[in-house]
Amino acid sequence: MLEVQLKKSLRDFDLDVSLSVRSGEVLVLLGENGSGKSTTLNLLAGLLNPDEGIISLNERILYSGCTSVELPPEDRNIGYVFQNYALFPHMSAFENVAFGLRRRSMASVEIHKRVQHILDDLGVGHLMYERVTNLSGGQRQRVALARALVIQPDLLLLDEPLTALDRQAREKIRIELREELVKSCKPSIIVTHSLKDAEIMGDRVIILAEGKIIWTGQPNELEKHSGSPQVRYISDEYISFSKIAID
Amino acid sequence: MKSGSSSSFRGSKGLIILIFGLIVFITILFYTLPLLSLFLRITPEEFINTIYEPNVQSAILLSLVTATTATAIIVILGTPLAFLNARVDYSGRKFVETLIDIPIVLPPSVAGLSLLVLLGRRGLLGSTLSEMGITIIFTTLAVIIAQVFVAGPLYIRQAKSAFAMVDPVFESASRTLGAGPIITFIKVTAPLARTGLISGIIISFARAIGEFGATIMVAGNLPGKTQTMPLAIYGFMQSNLTASIALSIVLIAISFVILVLIRILSGKSA
Repeated sequence: MLEVQLKKSLRDFDLDVSLSVRSGEVLVLLGENGSGKSTTLNLLAGLLNPDEGIISLNERILYSGCTSVELPPEDRNIGYVFQNYALFPHMSAFENVAFGLRRRSMASVEIHKRVQHILDDLGVGHLMYERVTNLSGGQRQRVALARALVIQPDLLLLDEPLTALDRQAREKIRIELREELVKSCKPSIIVTHSLKDAEIMGDRVIILAEGKIIWTGQPNELEKHSGSPQVRYISDEYISFSKIAID
Repeated sequence: MKSGSSSSFRGSKGLIILIFGLIVFITILFYTLPLLSLFLRITPEEFINTIYEPNVQSAILLSLVTATTATAIIVILGTPLAFLNARVDYSGRKFVETLIDIPIVLPPSVAGLSLLVLLGRRGLLGSTLSEMGITIIFTTLAVIIAQVFVAGPLYIRQAKSAFAMVDPVFESASRTLGAGPIITFIKVTAPLARTGLISGIIISFARAIGEFGATIMVAGNLPGKTQTMPLAIYGFMQSNLTASIALSIVLIAISFVILVLIRILSGKSA
C-alpha cells in the first residue's frame, strides 16, 4: 500500500498531491503536459526532493518532511519505466535487465535464470543478447518493463509507457501491459495524457491540473462524467475539463 | 559579341581556379615542407643509431613517463570537476570554468613563471615545503606539475562536454535500479561519455608530451632528470643536430598517431 502527501514549489505552480494506491491496483495520473504528473513520479522515486509531506510504502517511510527521513532512490525498491524507456544504450537487453539484480549481489546463475525467465515471459527472450539500440519501440518497451519488474519492486511507476509506440503497437501493448501490472500484484502508477490509456489500463484515475488533483474516480466514470462537475465535453477519445483538455 | 563575352568569362573563371589552386598548394606546402625537411635531413640509419644514444633514449623515456603520469593525475583531478560543471549549475560555475581555462591561452613562459613563484624556494608554497626539506623546482616532479598545469584544462573542457552529452535520465534509471551515485558513474555515465573522455585523455597527453616553455622555467633542462624530448631537441641543437632531428621525428610520429586516434574516435562518436 502506497500513501502519499506531497508539496513542492515548482517554477509555474505549487504541486500539492495526496493519494494512495493499494497492492495490485493500477492508478492512472492523467493530465496535460506540464501538469505535474512526471514530477509526482520523480518525487516518489526519490529523484526529486519534496518541500514537505510524507511517502509511506508498505508502512515503510521513504520520505518524511517532519522527521527528515529521505531515502535515496537506490534504497526505495521502486521499479520505474521512464518515458522513452531510458535503456542503457551501451548494454544488451540482458545486461539492462540484469543491472538491478547485480546491485542486489545475486549469484550470476540466478541472475541469468531470472532475466531469461522474465524476458521469455514478455516475449522478447530471443532478443536477450541484442544491443537495445537495435530493438523496435515495442521490444524496448518490453525490456524496460522487464528491467523494472525483475527487481521485484514494492511499487511500479510508468511514465508515458506507450508514447514511443506507433498506434498499432499501442493498442496491443496497452492490454498486455495492464495484464502484466495486475499479475505483478504491486501498486502501480501510470502517467499518461491519453484518455484511452486511462480507460483500458487503470483501476482508478486521478486528473492533475497545475499540480492539483481536480478529479478522482473510476475509468468508466470518465465516460459517464459522473462526479465531475468540471467536465465540459466528452467523447470516446476526448475529454474537456474546465481547465484542461485530454485526448 | 556573345562569343567574346563567353570566352572572357571562361578566361576569368580559369584564372580564379588557378589562383585558388595556387593558394591551396602554397598552404599545404607551408605546413608540410618544414616537417618534410626534417625527414630529408636524416637517413634511416642515422635515425636508428641516434635513437639508441643514451641521452636521446633517456629523453624519450622521461617524456613518456612524465606525460603518462601527468595524464593520469589530470584524469584523477579533472574528472570530478568536469562532472560537477556538466551536471550542477552552481553559482560561479562560469567563473570557475574561465579560471580553469586560463592555462590554455596563457603564454608558456607566464605559466612557468607562475609555477616558479608558487613552488620556488621563496614561493608561496615552496617556502613552506623548503622548510620541510621538500624541493620541487628542478626535479622530475616539477616537469609533471608543469605538464598537469598546461594540459589539464584541455581534458577538463573535453570531459565536461562529454558528460553534458549524457542524458541524466540514464543516471536516474540506474539509481532507481539500486545503484548508488559512484556505481552509477562507473557503470553508466563514464561508459556513455567514453568517446569524449578518451579524446580528452589523448589531447591532454599530446599537450603534456610536447610541453616546453613552462617545463624549462620550472624544471630546467637536466639530462636524465628533467630533460624531456622537447627540451632535449632544444638542448642538442648546438652540439648534436642529428639527435634533435631524430627526436623531432619521434614527436611527429606520436602526434600523427594521436591525430589518427582522435579521427577514429570522432568517427565513432558521430
